[in-house]
Amino acid sequence: MDELALNILDIAYNSIRAKANDICIYINDSIKENVIDIEIEDDGCGMTNEEVGKVIDPFFTTRTTRKVGLGIPLFKQNAELTGGYLHIDSKKNCGTIVKTRFIKNHIDTPIMGDVIETMTTLIQADENIDYIFEYKTDDIHFIMNTKDMKDILGDVKITEPEVIIWLKDYMKEGLSQ
Amino acid sequence: MKSLEDLKKIREAAQNKMTMRMDDNQKYRIVVGMATCGIAAGARPVLNTIVEEVAKAKLPVTVLQTGCIGMCTLEPIVEVFDKDDNKTTYVLVDAKKAKEIVAHHLMRDEVLEEYTVGKYKK
Repeated sequence: MDELALNILDIAYNSIRAKANDICIYINDSIKENVIDIEIEDDGCGMTNEEVGKVIDPFFTTRTTRKVGLGIPLFKQNAELTGGYLHIDSKKNCGTIVKTRFIKNHIDTPIMGDVIETMTTLIQADENIDYIFEYKTDDIHFIMNTKDMKDILGDVKITEPEVIIWLKDYMKEGLSQ
Repeated sequence: MKSLEDLKKIREAAQNKMTMRMDDNQKYRIVVGMATCGIAAGARPVLNTIVEEVAKAKLPVTVLQTGCIGMCTLEPIVEVFDKDDNKTTYVLVDAKKAKEIVAHHLMRDEVLEEYTVGKYKK
């Protein structure tokens, strides 16, 4: 995967599979601090300490369609290559937070890529999941909560193609303040 | 400048359309595999292209996502189900092929044989 945004998409799917209702995605992309911090937090089914130890092993997966799970190991390796890290905090039946740091000016740090496409893809995946999306750089600070949008939309689903396209433009404006 | 207020307009428009949709029922379900294998192979632009094309043409089609379909080397994989649940599986899809699938299969009911899994695996 050549964009951080694709890793974010992939890791957030773990939250969806963990039956999360709320998923927070926080990105701090700062030249001043020379870091890219990415945090993905959910209120899904969580993991025991033993399971947390296992998910960084590529040959551990909870799914049955294939025998390997590469999402977390790939992301962790990418982060560590730059001098950063990936930490997982999880509590059974409470939720999971995956915290990742990349050193921004390291040659192996991937580009951020299209975060907007990642967010619309996630929102489109399941109308029942709510997202808080927070994006910070040295110049901008954008926060979005899909709950606010659902309040206005009422019985119209946030996954309707028309809404998704509006969301794309809304985030585009927000991230280019 | 976009504001949350715009959503009210979208809501009204979508409500009208929804009542229409109930009547003629969704004609197809189109499902994109979005696991690590799919994402790494380029499933995100495929999904987004399909969502945009379906919205543009206002097609009676439901766009869904799923996990790993089980043939990772053939990702991105797109499955089209008709009303009777007959499945067509398209493999190694990219944004360009996705546009063709919408234009031919979803709009004109023509299956694009050359992109189906049958061409690669029997």
